[in-house]
Order: sequence, then structure tokens, then C-alpha cells
Amino acid sequence: MKPPRFEYHAPRSVDEAVDLLGRYGGDAKVLAGGQSLMPMLNFRLTRPAALIDVNRIAALAYVREDDGVVAFGAMTRQRTIEFSPEVARRLPLLREATRWVGHLPIRSRGTIGGSIAHADPSAEYPAVLTALEGEVVAQGPRGRRTLQAAELFETYLTTRLAPDELLVEVRLPAMPAGAGHAFEEFARRHGDFAIVGIAAMVVRDGARCRTARLATAGAGPVPVRLRAAEEILERDGLGDAAIAAAAARAAELVRPDSDVHASADYRRHLAGVLTARALTRAVERAR
Amino acid sequence: MTDPATVRLTVNGTPREGRCPPRKLLVDFLREDLALTGTHVGCEHGICGACTILVDGEAARSCLMLAVQADGAHLTTVEGLMTDGALHPLQEAFRDHHGLQCGFCTPGMLLTALDLLRVKPAPSAADIREGLSAVLCRCTGYHGIVKAVQAAAPILRARTEQRSRP
Repeated sequence: MKPPRFEYHAPRSVDEAVDLLGRYGGDAKVLAGGQSLMPMLNFRLTRPAALIDVNRIAALAYVREDDGVVAFGAMTRQRTIEFSPEVARRLPLLREATRWVGHLPIRSRGTIGGSIAHADPSAEYPAVLTALEGEVVAQGPRGRRTLQAAELFETYLTTRLAPDELLVEVRLPAMPAGAGHAFEEFARRHGDFAIVGIAAMVVRDGARCRTARLATAGAGPVPVRLRAAEEILERDGLGDAAIAAAAARAAELVRPDSDVHASADYRRHLAGVLTARALTRAVERAR
Repeated sequence: MTDPATVRLTVNGTPREGRCPPRKLLVDFLREDLALTGTHVGCEHGICGACTILVDGEAARSCLMLAVQADGAHLTTVEGLMTDGALHPLQEAFRDHHGLQCGFCTPGMLLTALDLLRVKPAPSAADIREGLSAVLCRCTGYHGIVKAVQAAAPILRARTEQRSRP
């Protein structure tokens, strides 16, 4: 099918975009990479009065590091992230997760800000944002504010951004040197939406684990930070028994729903299996 | 701003222009307004990959872009692959290795493979399979397509080296 009729705006600045969002009072949609919104428009699952296309706002595409935090302009393409030497060096978990986002032609257009603001529970970037305790910067009529990953996601496809706010930046703390990482995902076909995905990072301190980070995709209405599983590793180290115990705990912590792709039980089972796989690979990589 | 807008862009090296409403998809603009029907409309939600073209040198779904978004862009479609009446080496390889049957997915396969070979000039069979999973083919079973891309890779590498020689 084809998109319904809408008013089209392509502002050149963030201020202009925010003004437009305010003018439509919630009846406008922000068009970023369009890899989720365009299918929804083509299927007429959404019928916004207006599209605010932010692709012409050049100031929203950048990757820069400041004081141990890597900041991404919301319109930074997934493809740019995939091939960025800085991301490979400072955020290898994000790079690995990016390879799971659709396919290369999708990543040519898809953006980090769009993926996070869309808040699809099976998407990879919200899981990475959650695991790494990242934050986003939103700009609204009253200026800018920062939202932590833990407070950003409300439920399926819904964030706590206000209708007149634009997500302008994603901020991820650079991973500590020597940290091990892995992104594990199960999907029926490569490039499909995840049934379940797990983002993992471990920081080793000899045989002990200084920091463990685990978050899910596809295992509930929002990404789930698996704090109680992390605590097992931080207490008992990074041996096989601790990994098995953390994986078992992960399966208990998630509250997935059943849908046409998989039952809740199956997703719960996958959360455990993928946590074990992700941790095993992350520990192998940790120095 | 639902009124038709002028779209100026470069397609296969030629400046082109058209007028269309903002809701017109890029793939429909190519086919209906510019009469470039080589790019095929499949699923219209980014899954099948038949409409894949190069936008500023990068493979992208033309069913997931509005024509107005391509204003100022440089596009490559399947019509732009031949030079002086000769097939592109990748097209030759598809013909030689039975990389197509009904041909519906072929334009998307070609542009996707071209982008893949630019990013990864010496891909493994697994790389090719992963890259081509971006486009669905219902006839060939993919084996011929994978073989074609494998066969084209060294030819395209040699071409790139030749061009970069002083």
C-alpha cells in the first residue's frame, strides 16, 4: 500500500523541528531513518497529520567523545556506527549489536535516535542503551533535558518523551578498557526482529568480576536490566557455575508476553540460554 | 504542505526532475514519473528488498523513502549498471551462474550485492549469504546468486585496482 496524505515538513534546524512538533500538538510524527515509520505509513497503521522529516538537519549527525562518554547525534546512521573505528574501539558492544539490526540496506538509512525513540521492545539499540546505562537528550519548547535509559521506556513503542520533544542525542559511557562484551540474539531468519536478544558486558578483576551488565530485547514490553543476575557474577566471579546461575536467574527475571512469533515460556527459556551464551563469549573476550 | 513539490536529483549520472506529492514513494517516482521501471515494487515494507537501489552510493530500500527525501541525491538503479551496451560484470556473473529465474528480485539483488562487494571486496560465502539475506528470491534457492557474487568479486576487485592505478 501507499502512505496516507500528510503535511510534510523538512526543517533545517532542531529549533524549527521542535516548533513544528509543538504546532501539531501530538498529531505529527518525526521521520528519522524511516525503516519502521515508513512501513507503518505504507500499511496505514499510523495516520499522522504531519511528518516532520529531520533528515535535513545536518547538525544531528555526529559521533564525538567527551570525557569518557560517546555522544551520537540522533540522526547518526546505523551504517556509520557499524563502520566507525571509534565505536569499534570504545563501544564494541554497540558495534556488535548493530550487525543484528535488519540488513545493511536498512542500516544505510536507520538511525540510532530513531531506533531508540521508536522503542520497539525487540530492537537491539534500546537493549544496549539499557545495559550500558546510557542516556538520551531531548529538546522541547522549554529547552533540553536528559533521560536515563531506565526511565526512558514506558511500554511497547512508547517512551516518556513528550509529544513536543525531539530526541537529539544518545550518550553512552565508553566501555572500560579490557571489558568483554557480546550481543546474542535469536531470530527465525537473519535480519528479522529478535525473538529474544541479550546484551552483555563484563569487566574482569583477576578471577573476580568487577562489573557485569545484562539487558534484554524482546523479553517484555521494555528492555529489562537483569540486575539480580549481574549481582551473582559480581559476587561469585566469572566461572561456569556463576554463569549458569546468572543465566537461570535471568530466565526468572523476565516477564515476556506470548505473541504470534513465540510463547512467553519459549522467550523465557531463550533469555536463559542466550544469557549463558553471551556471558561465555563476553568472559572469553575480557582481559 | 501536501501540495506537489519539485524533486531534482541525479539518476545514473543524469540530472532528472519531477513533481509529485510528498507522500509519493521514491520507488513509485522512479517508475511512474521517471519511467525507470527496472526497480521493482515488492512488499512495500522493506522486507523483500526488490526495490533496493543505491542512494548516494549506499544500498537502501526505495519503498521506505519518500521521493521528496531524495531531492539532491545521486541514485543508481539497475538501468545504470550497463556501460556502452555491455552488461556490468556482476550482471554477466548472474547470467553465467543462473543467478536469476523470473527476474523479479534481480534488480534488488544486483544493487545489494554491489554495495556488499564495495564494503567487503573479498567476502566469504557466509558474508555473501548474510548480505544477500537482505533480498528475498522465490525461484532460485539462492545457490546460483551466491555463486554469481562469488565469481564477480575478483573481477570487481581487479577493476577497482586498475582504476586506482596512476
